[in-house]
Amino acid sequence: MEHNILEIDHLHVVFPSSKGETSPVNDVSLRVPAGKTVGIVGESGCGKSMTARAVMGLIHAPGRITEGEIRLCGRDLRKLSEKEYCSLRGSEVSMIFQEPMTSLNPVMKAGHQVEEVLRLHTDIPESELKQRVIDIFRAVGITEPEKRYNCYPHELSGGLRQRVIIAMAMICRPRLMIADEPTTALDVTVQAQILRLMKDLVSDDTGLLVISHDLGVIAKLCDYVYVMYAGRIVEESDIFTLFDDPQHPYTKGLMDAVGSLRRDAEVLSTIPGVVPSLAHLPAGCSFCLRCENGSDRCEKELPGLIQTGPGHKVRCHLMKEAGQ
Amino acid sequence: MIRNICRRLGESVIVLLGVALMIFVMLRIVPGNPVATMMGEHADLAVIERMTAELGLDQPVYIQFIRYITGALKGDFGTSYSLGKPVSFLMGTAFGNTLKLALFAALFAWALGIACGISAAARKNGLADHLFMGVSLMGVSMPIFMVAMLLQYVFAYHLHWLPISGINDWRGFLLPAVALGWNSAGSISRLVRSTLLDILQEDYIDTARGKGRTQAGVLIFHAFRNALLPVITMMALQFSSLLSGAVITETVFSINGIGRLAVQAIAGRDIPLLEGTALFTTLVVILGNLAADCLYDILDPRIRKEV
Repeated sequence: MEHNILEIDHLHVVFPSSKGETSPVNDVSLRVPAGKTVGIVGESGCGKSMTARAVMGLIHAPGRITEGEIRLCGRDLRKLSEKEYCSLRGSEVSMIFQEPMTSLNPVMKAGHQVEEVLRLHTDIPESELKQRVIDIFRAVGITEPEKRYNCYPHELSGGLRQRVIIAMAMICRPRLMIADEPTTALDVTVQAQILRLMKDLVSDDTGLLVISHDLGVIAKLCDYVYVMYAGRIVEESDIFTLFDDPQHPYTKGLMDAVGSLRRDAEVLSTIPGVVPSLAHLPAGCSFCLRCENGSDRCEKELPGLIQTGPGHKVRCHLMKEAGQ
Repeated sequence: MIRNICRRLGESVIVLLGVALMIFVMLRIVPGNPVATMMGEHADLAVIERMTAELGLDQPVYIQFIRYITGALKGDFGTSYSLGKPVSFLMGTAFGNTLKLALFAALFAWALGIACGISAAARKNGLADHLFMGVSLMGVSMPIFMVAMLLQYVFAYHLHWLPISGINDWRGFLLPAVALGWNSAGSISRLVRSTLLDILQEDYIDTARGKGRTQAGVLIFHAFRNALLPVITMMALQFSSLLSGAVITETVFSINGIGRLAVQAIAGRDIPLLEGTALFTTLVVILGNLAADCLYDILDPRIRKEV
């Protein structure tokens, strides 16, 4: 039976500011089934990283979750005390952060930083800690792991640092791993290696949530995709359907922008306009201002997520529900 | 790293020699005859001349300097004109007192400054933050003599808890140490706070939180270690300035230390004593810088690599 590692229902994250509240995450619901890799794709500022932070319980003040539920293997994370959350982070849910260059503590040896996770969450005796770290270094493809154990972050290349971070995230075998733009800061050749490594991270009883603006990364890694725009999920579907038959005008725009690179087009395809400021979202569909087919209704009335096919949902007034 | 320290030690020797030369030359350029001052108004001219020759002050400056340096290398800094005792002996006694005072003051300043800085940063804009930063502003802006006199008034005159001056036992050091350290504590707590707040924005803090470190754990094990770099530099420099004599504190609390000795030397145009104290101050400042550099090397692996 398929069960979900992560379930998010109607999540709202709000940032109060002097100009009123903004909602970087607005009514987001998603699932990460066991053994699957799920992606969130969208432009920067669309709320995908914030969704990940909400799961980790690491939203920077003054932002906070106002509504919704986050369940990890059935456990309601919003009801946890800070102490319980700390024992969860790193052991049951872990995150691979965006910037390998700055995500490691510059004054601590790489090996010790990974060891720290074991110290915090396990009772492994002191004498075995180092061997464990070296084993995991080997597993994530770090060459000469004994030597790297004693290296400081500045002595490692970007790819190696990202491997150290991945080692850190997986050493306690968490049920859920979240990778926030895991390859964005890396060279293309290194990107491919890291993606291959990440593909092997998922086992039958764990899940991986990948966050990226890069459809290529999503296509290589994910089984299921959520497309986010201005804090809302605008389309969700399994990976093949999404790439074969994108429905939401925003998703289509994204695909065309990538596609035009491949087709050797004279003029690169773009989505006209810019992402609207979260403080000034229209009452209706947040994409209507940039949509070619936007109507009065789009501007005034928020479309719901409409099921257009099996496992395929789209938030758009132009869609017709499957079977209608 | 060892090579690096040796290189800096070599540089320090050159700086020290340069400063010694400058002090030496300047003291001889200033008008007025120290021997005449020493002998008093009514001294006989012939006596003054004989005395000047005896002290070697009639020789060319460079010869005097070479003599001074060769003596200094053997530990002989001459004899104080006004006190009639060897300068090395006078400075030895005074330095003992100054060292104790500086240690007490530094311990007080560091403990208080670091504790306040961390707790202020832990809850930015919280009660502790506003309270400590307000008090530390007072610490930075209040002149030492005022702090010293306030302390004397409250704890010695009013409450009779501590001696008003003199250093017969360790209790005598408490008030002067607090007066002297008060200022440093203020600036250290502000530096610790602002450095920590900057560091808490860094990506690796998120990583540490993601590992399951508590807020306090992140602050102590990840942020503080990084914040130590600028703080150590400040502490080393402060300590060397504490060691080179706290003129005001030593005067207010009648402590016979380096600072007071230097003031005495200036007032009495006591050239050997003045040279001795000035050279000593330079040495202490240089050593303080050197210590800061070495600590930096130990604490920051990025620097260790570059050299």
